[in-house]
Amino acid sequence: MLSAAAFYILSAIAVISALMVVIAKNPVRAVLFLILAFFSAAGLFVLLGAEFLAMILVIVYVGAVAVLFLFVVMMLDIDFAQLKEGFISHAPLGGLVAIALAGILATTGLGWVSADSATSALQSPTPEDMTNVAALGALIYDRYVLFFQLAGLVLLVAMIGAIVLTLRHRDGVKRQDMHAQVNRKREDSVEIVDIKSGEGIG
Amino acid sequence: MLEIGLGHYLALAAILFTIGVFGIFVNRKNVIILLMSIELILLSVNINMVAFSAHLGDLTGQVFAMFILTVAAAEAAVGLAILVVFFRNRGDIAVDDVNLMKG
Repeated sequence: MLSAAAFYILSAIAVISALMVVIAKNPVRAVLFLILAFFSAAGLFVLLGAEFLAMILVIVYVGAVAVLFLFVVMMLDIDFAQLKEGFISHAPLGGLVAIALAGILATTGLGWVSADSATSALQSPTPEDMTNVAALGALIYDRYVLFFQLAGLVLLVAMIGAIVLTLRHRDGVKRQDMHAQVNRKREDSVEIVDIKSGEGIG
Repeated sequence: MLEIGLGHYLALAAILFTIGVFGIFVNRKNVIILLMSIELILLSVNINMVAFSAHLGDLTGQVFAMFILTVAAAEAAVGLAILVVFFRNRGDIAVDDVNLMKG
């Protein structure tokens, strides 16, 4: 009963905020609605017994990806009203595609029959005597260790790629050069001038 | 109605997926919203994965949802980096103009 109410509330929030992401005029608002959608999805994951994934979703998505989006949206000086121009003219085609896709998914869903071996009621797949994290870790570090390493490799490549793409050496920026500072000799910077009294410097 | 089963979660994921595809079609000029729509689609796939994991009593679905999350985060980082570089070179992010390399 309680979980059913939680499911309906969370999924309503997720759907509405997803819609707002798509139709929002202000991209900052779109990012904030994306964060809300991810939060409600994290709640749904908790309902499904995937606590670790819910935490990952909050930490990685809300904490990193959404903030990255927010940085980029606020950093780039873009005329967003101009970017929104095509919205009305593209809306019919988009709506058509969305309706067609929804129809396809609905037809697939209606023709779907559950296998006898599958349990009808949803319950957490975590074994009774283990926490979700421990059970996931036993799988990841044992059976899927190769995939885990590959995921790490993907992240490494993405990190290096992002750094290489955005790094630039600008000319005309004065930076502190420790080596030059330390190795400076007295003769390089101080000049003793013998000035005759009463004449001043030429 | 009160018993939440696999079908409910699949319906929710289908709705989110459709919204994401709709977003890709209507926001063709704005790459940032395009990337966010892709994130929405990947989120709906993740919901499917976790729902089936609960339905079948198999944790593998959650493991693969985690891998999807990894790839989505990497994709967002690289996509936004490309966006920043493009903005630096062109001064705007209108995707209609991204045909510079056309012969």
